[in-house]
Amino acid sequence: MAIKLASIFFTMILVDNYVLAKFLGICPFLGVSKKLDSAVGMSLAVTFVMVLATAATWPIQTFLLTPVNADGTLKWDMGYLQTIVFILIIAILVQLLENFLKKFIPALYKSLGVYLPLITTNCTILGVTILNLDNKYNFIESIVCAAGAGIGFLVAMVLFSGVRRRVEQAVTPKCFEGLPITLVAAAVTSLSFMGFGGIIDAIFKAA
Amino acid sequence: MSEKSKLSILTNGILNENPVLRLVLGTCPTLAVTTMASNGIGMGLAATFVLLCSNIVISALRNIIPNQVRIPCYITVIAGFVSVVQMVVKAYVPDLDKALGVYLPLIVVNCIILGRAEMFASKNGILDSALDGIGMGIGFTITLTIMGSIRDILGSGTWMAGLGKLIPALGADFSIQIIPETIDTFSLMTSAPGGFFVFGILMAAATWLTTRPKKAPAVEGGNA
Repeated sequence: MAIKLASIFFTMILVDNYVLAKFLGICPFLGVSKKLDSAVGMSLAVTFVMVLATAATWPIQTFLLTPVNADGTLKWDMGYLQTIVFILIIAILVQLLENFLKKFIPALYKSLGVYLPLITTNCTILGVTILNLDNKYNFIESIVCAAGAGIGFLVAMVLFSGVRRRVEQAVTPKCFEGLPITLVAAAVTSLSFMGFGGIIDAIFKAA
Repeated sequence: MSEKSKLSILTNGILNENPVLRLVLGTCPTLAVTTMASNGIGMGLAATFVLLCSNIVISALRNIIPNQVRIPCYITVIAGFVSVVQMVVKAYVPDLDKALGVYLPLIVVNCIILGRAEMFASKNGILDSALDGIGMGIGFTITLTIMGSIRDILGSGTWMAGLGKLIPALGADFSIQIIPETIDTFSLMTSAPGGFFVFGILMAAATWLTTRPKKAPAVEGGNA
């Protein structure tokens, strides 16, 4: 059990990294990776919401939308409502979290607050909740997977904000200035993550 | 409004305000589904449908929706249409559903659609919003197809493989061999780094194309 959880966790960080391998959350990846501290703030907010959203959507899908009888057949199937229900839950959750932080933990609100509204339309959140169900993870595995995805996002953002500082100063052809050269740099960063392919299987299968 | 401006609304989305390459919206599906040109077309058409319908509905409701809760309202409208698309695709083109996977429901959070709702449909009439939706959708589809084609051809040597699943008349094994099979393909192009790379090059090309004649300063809009 512990090995399976650890394997899911590290797979999400290194091999199936959401930003660099699955292309989820590219907008914040390009938008807020200019400075290290905003990159860290955004990723922590994303990780937090990811875990919360998974904890909220997993029971709803399992017990409300597609509940299963003891013999494995569906009691009723409202799976087609998944998209619309999940996005509303995420939107409500983000709003609640914002109000909660503002009222009770103002210090944290100050550092994470500006990123929270952006998170509703961040595809990593909806992506992780749906992928967890597609992969048929149980509740604990889903939470671990969400946490791993969040940390993976953090790793990618922090690494890339470093790369980006060098790229910003580089002299490039006029039409490559700004985002185009940043994307090419992202390609190289993503290439380096491909080197992790197979490492998780090798470590955890051997153990 | 004159006929010319209606036409310019429609064509705006194709190059000058191309949602992906110039406004930098909707980058996630662009990178993720363009491993094959046919996936790009499917994704583009699905997004165009959602964009058109949500633009029309949001534009029609723009005076009814209170300003404070407009974003949740927009998202609900968009999510409704995305669910429709999901059900239609699952029923009639299950192969496309498998190929697009999680990115099909993720059209909900595609910033192009929410972006156009906020920037255009909430301020303009129904007809203009519909035209804007179609124009943006075409721009998105063309970009995805070009990007998909580049990655398809360089990465696997064939073009439009899988199109037969979208159009059954072509037969399931339809594909066009561009690079002879004897030449090794550049398989990196179909994996993640190739996506970023081709996207960067295409964006540079679009910047060059749109800013070249006027010698105006590059890249407006910025990050989304």
